Amino acid sequence: MTLLNSRSYWQATRGNRPHVCRGWKLVIFLQLTLNGLAVGCIYGLVALGFVLIYKATELVNFAQGDLLMLGAFVCYMSVVWWGLDYWLGFLIAVVAVGAFGALLDRVVLRQVIGQPQFAVVMLTIGLGAMFRTFASVTWGSEIYTLPTPFGGVWTVGGVTLSHQYLSIVFGTLVLCGVLYAFFNHTRIGVAMQATSQNQLAAYYMGIPVKLIFSLIWAISAGVAAAAGILLAPVTLIDINMGLAVALKAFAAAVLGGFGSIPGALIGGIIIGLIELYAGATLPEGFKDTAPYIVLLLMLIVRPQGLFGSLARKKV
Amino acid sequence: MSFFSADNLSINFGGIKAVDGVSFDVEQGEVFTIIGPNGAGKTTIFNLVSRIYEPSGGKLAFAGRDITNVPPHLIAALGIARTFQNIELFEHATLLQNLLLARHAHKRSDFFSELLFLPYVRRLEMEHREAVEKAIDFLDLQQYRDSLIVNLPYGVRKVTELARALCTDPKLLLLDEPSSGLNVEETEDMAFWIQDIKNLLGITVLMVEHDMSLVSAVSDRVMALNYGRPIATGTPAEVQAHPEVVRAYLGG
Amino acid sequence: MRFPFKTSYNQDIRIFRDKVDAFWYGLLAVAVLVLPLLLDDYSVGEISWVFIYGICGVSLMVLVGYTGLVSLGHAAFLGIGAYAHAYFIMHGAPWIVAVVLAVVITTACGLIVGLPALRMTGIYLAIATLAFSVIIQEVFSRWESVTHGFAGMKVDVPVIFGFAFDDGRSFYFLCLFFLVIVLWLTRNLLRAPTGRAWVAIRDSEIAAQSMGVNLAIYKSMAFAYSAAVMGLAGALFAHKIGYLAPDIFTILLSIQFLLLVIVGGLGSLHGAVFGAIFVALLPPLIAILRDGIPDSMNQLAANTGLRVIGMLGTAIGEFLKKPGVEAGIFGLILVLVILLEPLGMYGRWLKIKLFFSTFPMYKASTFKRQKTYMRSERLR
Repeated sequence: MTLLNSRSYWQATRGNRPHVCRGWKLVIFLQLTLNGLAVGCIYGLVALGFVLIYKATELVNFAQGDLLMLGAFVCYMSVVWWGLDYWLGFLIAVVAVGAFGALLDRVVLRQVIGQPQFAVVMLTIGLGAMFRTFASVTWGSEIYTLPTPFGGVWTVGGVTLSHQYLSIVFGTLVLCGVLYAFFNHTRIGVAMQATSQNQLAAYYMGIPVKLIFSLIWAISAGVAAAAGILLAPVTLIDINMGLAVALKAFAAAVLGGFGSIPGALIGGIIIGLIELYAGATLPEGFKDTAPYIVLLLMLIVRPQGLFGSLARKKV
Repeated sequence: MSFFSADNLSINFGGIKAVDGVSFDVEQGEVFTIIGPNGAGKTTIFNLVSRIYEPSGGKLAFAGRDITNVPPHLIAALGIARTFQNIELFEHATLLQNLLLARHAHKRSDFFSELLFLPYVRRLEMEHREAVEKAIDFLDLQQYRDSLIVNLPYGVRKVTELARALCTDPKLLLLDEPSSGLNVEETEDMAFWIQDIKNLLGITVLMVEHDMSLVSAVSDRVMALNYGRPIATGTPAEVQAHPEVVRAYLGG
Repeated sequence: MRFPFKTSYNQDIRIFRDKVDAFWYGLLAVAVLVLPLLLDDYSVGEISWVFIYGICGVSLMVLVGYTGLVSLGHAAFLGIGAYAHAYFIMHGAPWIVAVVLAVVITTACGLIVGLPALRMTGIYLAIATLAFSVIIQEVFSRWESVTHGFAGMKVDVPVIFGFAFDDGRSFYFLCLFFLVIVLWLTRNLLRAPTGRAWVAIRDSEIAAQSMGVNLAIYKSMAFAYSAAVMGLAGALFAHKIGYLAPDIFTILLSIQFLLLVIVGGLGSLHGAVFGAIFVALLPPLIAILRDGIPDSMNQLAANTGLRVIGMLGTAIGEFLKKPGVEAGIFGLILVLVILLEPLGMYGRWLKIKLFFSTFPMYKASTFKRQKTYMRSERLR
């Protein structure tokens, strides 16, 4: 294996298996639903990043998961190494990774607009490998725990509501609300929508398209960083945490129909729920494969995804 | 029974009737042109004939055979070839390979003999090459034979498309705006070639065209289309003088 | 510049363009045959990897480079071939029979994956193949009666008609033989109607269809052929690696194959071989540099008295020793190739050749490629 140590990849995909007894009770069902929802929200957020970039620039960014990993590490560094407050660390990480996303667009990805989609996908895979190396050289390849203010649990009718999971769901809701308001009620947000519908027309209308692209990269990277920090207490932080998440999130984005924002979120939640339900009810091994089996079946029935439209070339 | 006929052909795109009950006949050996303002449904008719679109109603018949349900990849083998309005060549292949691909409908070798490149595959390849060379000679493309399509100028690509269509040995040739993007001289050349195709090769031509000088020069009959419906059919002069046609183009 | 004077159509069909071409390829053949006699065991083993990766490269080149279908799951086909081969050998099948069965099984799997792939393009196809490979990998680890799961599966040395390929040199020739066979067969397909149909599908599905290409059949054929070649590579891979475990055949291996065809140069068989040389020989090269750079720089420091050089050398050595650095170097090279040389190593090779053969008349625009900026233009 050259791109990464495969053993740790397996650990990354196999970690966090909930130990649920086999009796199918309502309480367990609710518990699984909450946990699935939380995991699904993370997938949804990362998928959202995929879709935002794809809609605007028609590039597919496979390094999204590694941006997530960078976000988690920057937050860890701020909180543990520098002793800053969790929320300050959160802010620093989102801003830093967001700025890094914009820089990435400015320096690398702008060069490849207009090249075949496949080349760009490979480019971002290469970038992702570089980020992982960077992280392993800078922060080391051990597994780290991020201290968070969400340690407690509430118990409601036998269902354990862990604050970690609640914080993920709540954080996702807040992020989506902010993004929704931004895209619909600010000048720059509407300009972004216009740009992703028709670059040329937007350019003629005086919208600074290049700046918009960089901003969209910044937003996607920032969202990924936030997702990484929210996820950190659940999966712990290591250099390969992004890869497993990104693969599932990518499946989520495709499930929702690549290019649809609500589709990405719903796809993420579907994948998260399937993963947890399958992990609890089906024989071992299905937790990681069930989402893909569902995805394959869905693609066979509906090749354009749930909310996607089948683009067809005009002749 | 005419050579090619469309009977009450219709297609809807989400409630819009792009082609609405169009009927026409093309006789063997003629050049039949469809004209009409932009968005009248001309190219849609071509896509219906080459079976890329599924008609929502009506029938297509060619050489005494109902082709309404023939899958698109078998159309070429029946003897219908087409060109595309916005050029659909295989860009990262040479001109020669583009034309050879057009011989696909006449492929007779199977996968395993091709895998071993048995002598008869080589012989068939040479036969295909000979057919291709005829088209190259006919359209004067010799000097571009080994260039990649991406490196060719627009005018040459347009001719290459015509050559590729001819390489399928068609009986009916569908030309989608053969003069679009060509300058006056190239358009004149195109007119001569279309006449040669009709007179020397005996191929029936169904054409969509905007350039009225080209239409008048080569067409035997013209059909004018507006909003997916035929409004006039006749000789070029008749159709051009038809009051409905004048209204469709000039408004009022 | 050489312009071969063409007098027959056969000249455009045959494998070697002219006698000069044939001479150079003959020279290459002699070099490759003599090489194992001159090198040590370790180097011969590493070059066998080039041949195995070359077969993998041809497999993916047919699918990605010629048919334009992207697969993120080719490691699964390699795994199926490897496990099937090892399983049949373990149960006493003769080597040739085991290889044939492995190839047949991977071909069948390729067809099964190819069928749903008919309706998908681009990113959807990539994710579908990825899903397939994740599922197959899980099968490898769970189907213990056949694959022995994570306990692993030992693969014996190949014994063909009583001759055991038990040392690096004989295995080198075995791999070389199969690479040449695969290259020849693939070249045959590419110069025949099937190969042209694949290229046509890559460049314009709609035009291909109108010219009589049955998209469904030719796409599944590309998948099946690609899988078959991968299955053969898998059989050799199993012997080379000697010990099969499910976590060998991850998506990262699939990505490495894609890296191979891109760095080598999409759309050419030369590219598959160039890419294989790169992918197979970079890790040993890094390993050599890891020790070589600090040593030589320390030597230099001792000779010149500049301690900075020695410290720098030690630092580089330390950096190269860190885990995961190799992956980063691969990533960096991938990024640089896509940014600076989208045609890959073969493209660069052609440019260098053209530069010298047309010297001093070379112009850079010969290889200029058109970029597509409109959304509609990219929907191919």
